[in-house]
Amino acid sequence: MNARGLGLVFLWLWAGLVFLYLPIVTLIFYSFNDSKLVAVWGGFSTRWYGELMHNGQVLDAALLSLEIAVISACGAVVLGTLAGVTLSRFPVFRGRVMFSGLISAPLVMPEVISGLSMLLLFVSMEQLVGWPKGRGMLTIILTHITISAAYVSVIVQSRLVSLDASIEEAAMDLGARPTRVFMRITLPIIAPALVSGWLLSFTLSVDDLVSSSFVTGPGASTLPMVIFSKVRLGVSPDINALATIIVLIVTVGVISGGWYMVRSEKRRELEERMAYAEGEKENTGMV
Amino acid sequence: MSGRDHHKPFGLARSGGIEGLSDAAAMHVVTQWLNRLGLRGRGLVIGIPYFWYLLFFLIPFVFVLKIALSEAAYSVPPFTDLTEWAEGALKITLNLANFDYIFSDSLYVTAYLNSVRIAAISTLLTLLVGYPMAYAIARAERSWRAPLLMLVILPFWTSFLIRVYAWMSLLQDNGLVNSVLMNIGIIDSPIRILNTDFAVFLGIVYSYLPFMILPLYSTLEKMDLSLLEAAEDLGCRPFKAFWRITLPLSLPGIIAGCLLVFIPAVGEFVIPELLGGPDTLMIGKVLWQEFFSNRDWPVASAVAIALLLLLVIPIMIFQHVQAKQQEAEKR
Repeated sequence: MNARGLGLVFLWLWAGLVFLYLPIVTLIFYSFNDSKLVAVWGGFSTRWYGELMHNGQVLDAALLSLEIAVISACGAVVLGTLAGVTLSRFPVFRGRVMFSGLISAPLVMPEVISGLSMLLLFVSMEQLVGWPKGRGMLTIILTHITISAAYVSVIVQSRLVSLDASIEEAAMDLGARPTRVFMRITLPIIAPALVSGWLLSFTLSVDDLVSSSFVTGPGASTLPMVIFSKVRLGVSPDINALATIIVLIVTVGVISGGWYMVRSEKRRELEERMAYAEGEKENTGMV
Repeated sequence: MSGRDHHKPFGLARSGGIEGLSDAAAMHVVTQWLNRLGLRGRGLVIGIPYFWYLLFFLIPFVFVLKIALSEAAYSVPPFTDLTEWAEGALKITLNLANFDYIFSDSLYVTAYLNSVRIAAISTLLTLLVGYPMAYAIARAERSWRAPLLMLVILPFWTSFLIRVYAWMSLLQDNGLVNSVLMNIGIIDSPIRILNTDFAVFLGIVYSYLPFMILPLYSTLEKMDLSLLEAAEDLGCRPFKAFWRITLPLSLPGIIAGCLLVFIPAVGEFVIPELLGGPDTLMIGKVLWQEFFSNRDWPVASAVAIALLLLLVIPIMIFQHVQAKQQEAEKR
């Protein structure tokens, strides 16, 4: 493409980024609006943040959502890592095609379907084996683990694919047990992928409305459910304040997570290079 | 060879201690026990996620089908059993009335066609918006690519519900978009944008844009630029070179991106509910209403099965593309 064409494409990119960020920026801006009418500027104020702090329903829902998100993110990382290791390190086993299909389907499955099907499973399981008793936090966590682990497995897989399997093979040749190889070699290398998988699972869980609404029971209202029931009635300024807080937390989390990943990646590269140099020295010494 | 000999005594020394021995013995008992169950380390690594996804992802669809074939009843849970014991024999009643109902009632058929139409138009719009963005990032200077990509992904991390809500306040009659348009003088009085199909298109493009850009970027970034130079040397004009070389080469990314947007968009609930009007019928919204408002679980299940049938082929294409891409990455 010639220079003018490329210039136009870059203009389009910046316009696209403005399109992506403008709604969020205006949302934050209007959360400091004193007026009850969201679109009319009535002066700077933090009153909606104050009102939020006294809204017990919102606070309870936020706590419940955080609790569910932390537990299900941990579960999703464990399950997703197993699935990712399976798909990238075991090229042949019975039922592999079905397995990879089962893992990638949740990525695109409309949530109304996965939510409804999980609910029907839980209801039937309770009838048949008596577990899980009723529906609420536990059923939401199981649903979130199932959906998020699929994302974690994609992240872990792409990390493992780019990693040379010969390091692991070398350790095995030197007599290390598979568990030890995993703990000492594979795990440190995929650690950045696990961090980003955890963060992604956490945000997917905190954010989830549709499938949670299907599988929840009486008394377990998560934050998105409370927001949704308010938003359905129209725009209101305290939701703007709540949204601002959520956006702020997520931005800080993602940026620090990204910073950690970049840093650990650099450290790993440095260690690799140093180990390589040591090996070279030893080799020449031996000769 | 010498490396191996060098390490052997080290390994022996480590397992020689008393503590090491008891550990090894304990490990031995556990492994033997697992072996007897037919499970080795490898079997466990494969088995746990396999079992989980069979139980929590595949088997649920059996129950959805089962309940779609039952009748609604005033009970807890609100549907009838398919099987009953009558005079010592198992009697199975399959009730196809729910499927008959959803395929004969024009509400459901309209909702289906409308979902596919809205999802297809929005997917095309997302591609048109996303392609040049992905292209620009892929052709930016190397050090700029990661931060630009991060900027595209970052909104995806913030709450989906909140991003849709943000458009509600922008698009409403006295919202920012209308007041800007009025100040410029394009319109005299507020036009209705919120609660129209247009708002739904906008919402889908906005929410799913990162899903389109990521696969497009990864194919465009890998492209061999010398092909374009060769075409240029041979006198091919830039636009034609793009049309004949870049576009076909990025086809896997286009397919993956379009499926990642289209499939979830067909079953979308939040966007048509919050941004669409009362006449914006989409199948996800209908399913939600059957379940939560009418509490008719069998009809909701039948709608889910029908939606799944519609999406089975796109989902299988998606998985095929996904598997092929992983093969390509390995090489």
